[in-house]
Amino acid sequence: MSTTVLVRRPLLGRLRGGFLAHGRLFQVCLVLLVAFVVVALFAPWLAPQDPTVGDFADTMAGPGAAHLLGTDQGGHDTFSALLVGTRTSLLGPLCVVAFSSAAGIGVGLFSGWRGGWVDAVIGRVLDILFAFPSLLLAILAVALFGKGLGGPVLAMAIAYMPYTARLVRGLTAQERTRPYVSAYLVQGHAPVFVAVRRLLPNLGPTVLAQSTVNFGYALLDLAALSFLGLGVQPPTPDWGAMINQAQAAVLQGQPLSAVVPAVAVVLVVVAFNVVGEQLGDRLARRDAR
Amino acid sequence: MTLLEIDALTVELPGAARPVLDAVTLRLAAGEVVGLVGESGSGKSVTARSALGLLPARARVTGRVLVEGRDLVGADAARLREVRTGVASMVFQDPRAGINPVRRIGDFLTEPLRLTKGWSRREAEARALELLAAVGLPDPPRHLRQYPHQLSGGMLQRVMIAGALAGEPRLLLCDEPTTALDVSTQAEILALLGGLQRARGLGMLLITHDIELAAASCDRVYVMYAGRIVEQAPAAELFGSPRHPYTRGLLGSTPPLTGPLERLRPVPGAPMSLAESAPGCAFAARCTFAEPGRCDHSAPELLPLTAAPDRSAACFRVAELPNPAVTEARP
Amino acid sequence: MSVAVALFRKLLGMAVTLLVTSFLVFSSLYLAPGDPVSFLVKGRSPSPAELVAVRKEFGFDQPFPARYWHWLDAVLHGDFGRSYLFHESVGAVIWARLPASLLLVGVSTVLIAVVGIGAGAFSALRHGTRTDKSVLLLVTVGAAVPSFAAAVVLRSVFGVRLGWFPTIGNGTGLLDELHHVALPAVALSVTFMALVTRVTRASMLDELGREHVEVALSRGAPRGSVLRRHVFRNALGPILTVSGLLVSGMLVSTAIVETAFGMSGIGSLLVQCVDELDFQVVQALVLLVVAVFVVVNTLVDLVHPLIDPRIAAGGGAR
Repeated sequence: MSTTVLVRRPLLGRLRGGFLAHGRLFQVCLVLLVAFVVVALFAPWLAPQDPTVGDFADTMAGPGAAHLLGTDQGGHDTFSALLVGTRTSLLGPLCVVAFSSAAGIGVGLFSGWRGGWVDAVIGRVLDILFAFPSLLLAILAVALFGKGLGGPVLAMAIAYMPYTARLVRGLTAQERTRPYVSAYLVQGHAPVFVAVRRLLPNLGPTVLAQSTVNFGYALLDLAALSFLGLGVQPPTPDWGAMINQAQAAVLQGQPLSAVVPAVAVVLVVVAFNVVGEQLGDRLARRDAR
Repeated sequence: MTLLEIDALTVELPGAARPVLDAVTLRLAAGEVVGLVGESGSGKSVTARSALGLLPARARVTGRVLVEGRDLVGADAARLREVRTGVASMVFQDPRAGINPVRRIGDFLTEPLRLTKGWSRREAEARALELLAAVGLPDPPRHLRQYPHQLSGGMLQRVMIAGALAGEPRLLLCDEPTTALDVSTQAEILALLGGLQRARGLGMLLITHDIELAAASCDRVYVMYAGRIVEQAPAAELFGSPRHPYTRGLLGSTPPLTGPLERLRPVPGAPMSLAESAPGCAFAARCTFAEPGRCDHSAPELLPLTAAPDRSAACFRVAELPNPAVTEARP
Repeated sequence: MSVAVALFRKLLGMAVTLLVTSFLVFSSLYLAPGDPVSFLVKGRSPSPAELVAVRKEFGFDQPFPARYWHWLDAVLHGDFGRSYLFHESVGAVIWARLPASLLLVGVSTVLIAVVGIGAGAFSALRHGTRTDKSVLLLVTVGAAVPSFAAAVVLRSVFGVRLGWFPTIGNGTGLLDELHHVALPAVALSVTFMALVTRVTRASMLDELGREHVEVALSRGAPRGSVLRRHVFRNALGPILTVSGLLVSGMLVSTAIVETAFGMSGIGSLLVQCVDELDFQVVQALVLLVVAVFVVVNTLVDLVHPLIDPRIAAGGGAR
């Protein structure tokens, strides 16, 4: 081994350089996400105007000093709506991911740990749930419970649960065969303790990566729902709802009030996907070693 | 005209610290069986692939690779195809990886005949049946319709050999043809290859990391280390009296079939990876005979031995070393 | 296991899944807050006679399993009940809007297949180059462009600004319909193109690195036919599997695109009926989308062994 350590290893250096370059996009996206969260937290203080109040004297205005990104056809300030809309646009997916991850971890851990026919039945049920696209389930929830975010968020939590559950189930089944698990069990620790306190923490990062990607997609779904007029209801600002309301303005050749929230949606989702996927890649690489 | 003549072939990959091949020179006459021995990563496979023009696209290549006089370095597609379809072919190491798993055995055998020679399906299948019989498979018509996963590794390697013979080549390159197989089938495949070589008068380049195997089945043997040829000799002589310290090490580290295992002397250290380079002899860091200031200073050339002009070695100290190093008489 | 047994098992599995699905969709009605009868007539002011009719139609005087059986029996005979909004049978309402949506989905599928597989293969063959990296970047962004955002931009640029395409409606006659469906189809395709491109690229790269490709080249086969007969042919399996999983998302996205472009189809019908509380139609459409997904993916499972003989018909991709 001594010779390999002594001589130069340019190949490894190149690899590391590539890894760093990879990391830059990751860092940019991470900063972007933090920025959006900060905006969401402090939106009412950051917004120059009240986005729920329309100025009918100044509708479909272009960008200018009075309105940084112009106004929509109701005279609402697009920039302020964008800032305040960050709140509902991020809060919805956050609830979806929180509920679906919690439920998915529970179901997956139980199923993977138990194995046998219980596992087989749960696997089959998850397969059936996969057949319900999340947006469809959300629309069904609106039909049942009325417009708003409550019903759809719950429905989408169910729709996203199988992704986390299947991941956790597979990892648990794999991890359960590792020596450290049997070591704990032999020492007389309760299986529930070993599963939840010893095994689960090892799955944490992988589940986080999956949840991050889920967040982006849940945001897309909820924005689509609001775009259809079934989610967040005006005058509460929301990116999807903003695009919906801006349709008339688009047809009159003033697309800015629709394009601005659309760009915001794309940026956030790209950021979540990049962060989630690279987290996953890093974990995969770590495990490969 | 020599069947295969590789002349100072150097292959460099971007990002690698040392050339994959460093001035490799090798000759193979028609009907001759030549062994190419070395540890993994020594460049054996790349050398063999160069005889088919199969070097990585990003590689920087200098030197010459002449197959029946045609230079393949920088050759155009037509010349490459001419060599690949009619002059040289290769038996790859792992038939499971080397034969497309989603296509039938018949497709594997007939494809080159139909695509490159324009044969009809009927002609190509008739030929495929002959080939399958020639490599000793029991039921050629059935195998033609089977998929690779339905055959055992040994049977599949026979299919691979049949595929290599499809174009009636004069040069057969065998890249560790038995490494991926069960021990029990290895001997059968080697016997088959030997029989085919004699019956068809093939020139054969046998790549192996097993120096005893090379000595037993080849006329001449080249030993490679870190992209260089370090020794060349007739098989019997190389085995009886290896000259290069690396060859001595290889022979010393092969477990004898009989006798006590204490005689095993592993070569210390690890083979040099592509990420490492050395200014002098690549083997110097692991060589017990290395002379500081000389061996690690500049690289020795492959030169004919003064005592035996049909042998050559790349070592500064070859004339000074005790000879032969492996004194134990072995069959 | 013989092929017939495997086929039977697959179809049985599909039937069970469809049965469970139908049960879930049927019983979702009872999740609605309050009494199901008043939920069904919500937003309208029914006469007592109409209330009795609703009660009878849904069999609310019978126990739950009998009601489900009744409903399932009707659904299997193509009877999804009556639409309160259109005063027609639900089947007729959906049937009338189906062709427009099929055209939209059909054109999108062609776009997704051609562009997605084309770009993925193109990118894989130029692995590591600047072209490849640009495609990758486009894919990352494209996968995050929701169809409504694409719709807004396309409408604004090619509809309003340039005036090349109509911005609203379905059109009449095939040519006019195609003209109307062009922008919506692109809007619908963006995300799925990106996903198919990514899968194709990954799958092709995987195959390009395999030794059998080198073996084929070493035997003198021309590069083009090696790429076609070995690389692309072998990469098809994963592409097909992923495409099957995208079907349901595409069908649901018609709701967004049709609404955005003011088209009449089953997607906009879904939104309209949710908006105007016509639950019978919503239920039928949900069932339809899920059933199409299940059937398509069963078909994919059945076709997969033909593409990759290593997968026995019974084993399946999962």
